[in-house]
Amino acid sequence: MIEINNLSKRFGDKVVLDNVSGCFEKGKTNLIIGASGTGKSVLLKCMVGLIPPDFGNVSFDGRDFTNGNVDIRQEIRREIGMLFQGSALFDSKNVEENVKFPLDMLTEMSKEEKQERVNFCLKRVGLEKASKLMPSEISGGMQKRVGIARAIALNSKYLFCDEPNSGLDPQTAILIDNLIKEITEEYNITTIVVTHDMNSVLEIGDHILFMYKGEKLWEGTNKEILETEVKALQDFIFANKLIRDFHKRNPS
Amino acid sequence: MKSLGKYLLLLASLFRNRERFQVYIKLIIDEAVLIGIDSIFIVVIVSSFIGAVTAVQTASNLVSPLVPVYIIGTIVRDMTVLELAPTIISVVLAGKVGSNIAGGLGTMRITEQIDALEVMGINSASYLILPKIVASIITFPLLVIIAGFLSIYGGYVAGVLTGVLTEKEYIYGIRYEFSPYNISFAMIKALVFAFLISSISSYQGYFTKGGALEVGQSSTQAVTNSCIAVLCADYLLAQLLL
Repeated sequence: MIEINNLSKRFGDKVVLDNVSGCFEKGKTNLIIGASGTGKSVLLKCMVGLIPPDFGNVSFDGRDFTNGNVDIRQEIRREIGMLFQGSALFDSKNVEENVKFPLDMLTEMSKEEKQERVNFCLKRVGLEKASKLMPSEISGGMQKRVGIARAIALNSKYLFCDEPNSGLDPQTAILIDNLIKEITEEYNITTIVVTHDMNSVLEIGDHILFMYKGEKLWEGTNKEILETEVKALQDFIFANKLIRDFHKRNPS
Repeated sequence: MKSLGKYLLLLASLFRNRERFQVYIKLIIDEAVLIGIDSIFIVVIVSSFIGAVTAVQTASNLVSPLVPVYIIGTIVRDMTVLELAPTIISVVLAGKVGSNIAGGLGTMRITEQIDALEVMGINSASYLILPKIVASIITFPLLVIIAGFLSIYGGYVAGVLTGVLTEKEYIYGIRYEFSPYNISFAMIKALVFAFLISSISSYQGYFTKGGALEVGQSSTQAVTNSCIAVLCADYLLAQLLL
């Protein structure tokens, strides 16, 4: 379980996060949603330690990550897997080497054990035949899947995904969403996904946190979200014509 | 001053939370190939022509019959060892290696590859920059030795082929009042320039913000700042060591 307590962050005069608190449970796909520029990605980066918050803290299963000592931070970091918006695969390494990288750097596994783990992870994301290709030789969707394989290579306890289906066609986006949900349930990990894609919200959102102007405005499930009375959230959800029309036809 | 402080903090961070020694060995070898082996061609071309041009120009300026022609060899030798091989080759390498380092790190920064390393708990500065600096410190002196040899040989070829002086006169000239200390001085300069070029370029690339345009700007800035640093260090070292 990941807890965030009163996280605040400002860049100059601009308040990007304002006292955001929340709790993300194990085995669930937790979504942070909101329009562009509402602080979702900054919140995610504060959680994984890429940006230090001005105030507040993040704890992973009771361990204080923000204010913890170096050893605790290192220990937690090695339990985190992250899928970046642009996949962030290492250009100079092929698919297999990208997935093997965290194993090479952070484990004492033998060569055979590493290869076995890499094969397993690539098979899990359906890319066993692309292992020798370079990141520039594969599609955006495949790059995301390699990113997921790399994120789970170390048996991560926490999976963070920053807009995993941005720039993907709807079919591939659903494939990535489903893969994230399956992995979350299969390995019983805590997953946090930042997105502004309503399809993802309705498909995989076990727990949703809506951000608006740096604040947490709403929290609930994908079953409750369409019934919300919060105006800003309604505007966000029903900006999508398909959802608007569907909701008009099926108001219940 | 803020940039200088940030640069020094970056250098200090290279030695914190380092990875295993074996990890660096492989990275240093890879970087040495990129920085050293891949630069041999440009070093060969530049140094050969520098030596040849120095010999020809010295000859054309030696109008007094009181000055012996073997002095052309002496001038080519001293200019090569003291200045042309370490400094000019370093300025050329600042363009080739510096822009490559800054461009590579800048691209890694804007495509979140550096963030990916940080999230894994890897000290990205140490993992990415330390091997580049060590590889530069190893390869630059070797490149300077090659440059020095080829520059003197270029002077020999140009001088002898154009009939300005004989082979014997040139060899006598390059041996005339030779001071071995000058070689040590050239090596010290190569080491200092290697450190400056690789660390300044890494700094520019590592802290790139924005997109493709900013990566280009970082590369340009890396080359400019490295060249300025090399020339300043050249002056300071000449004052201190000669």
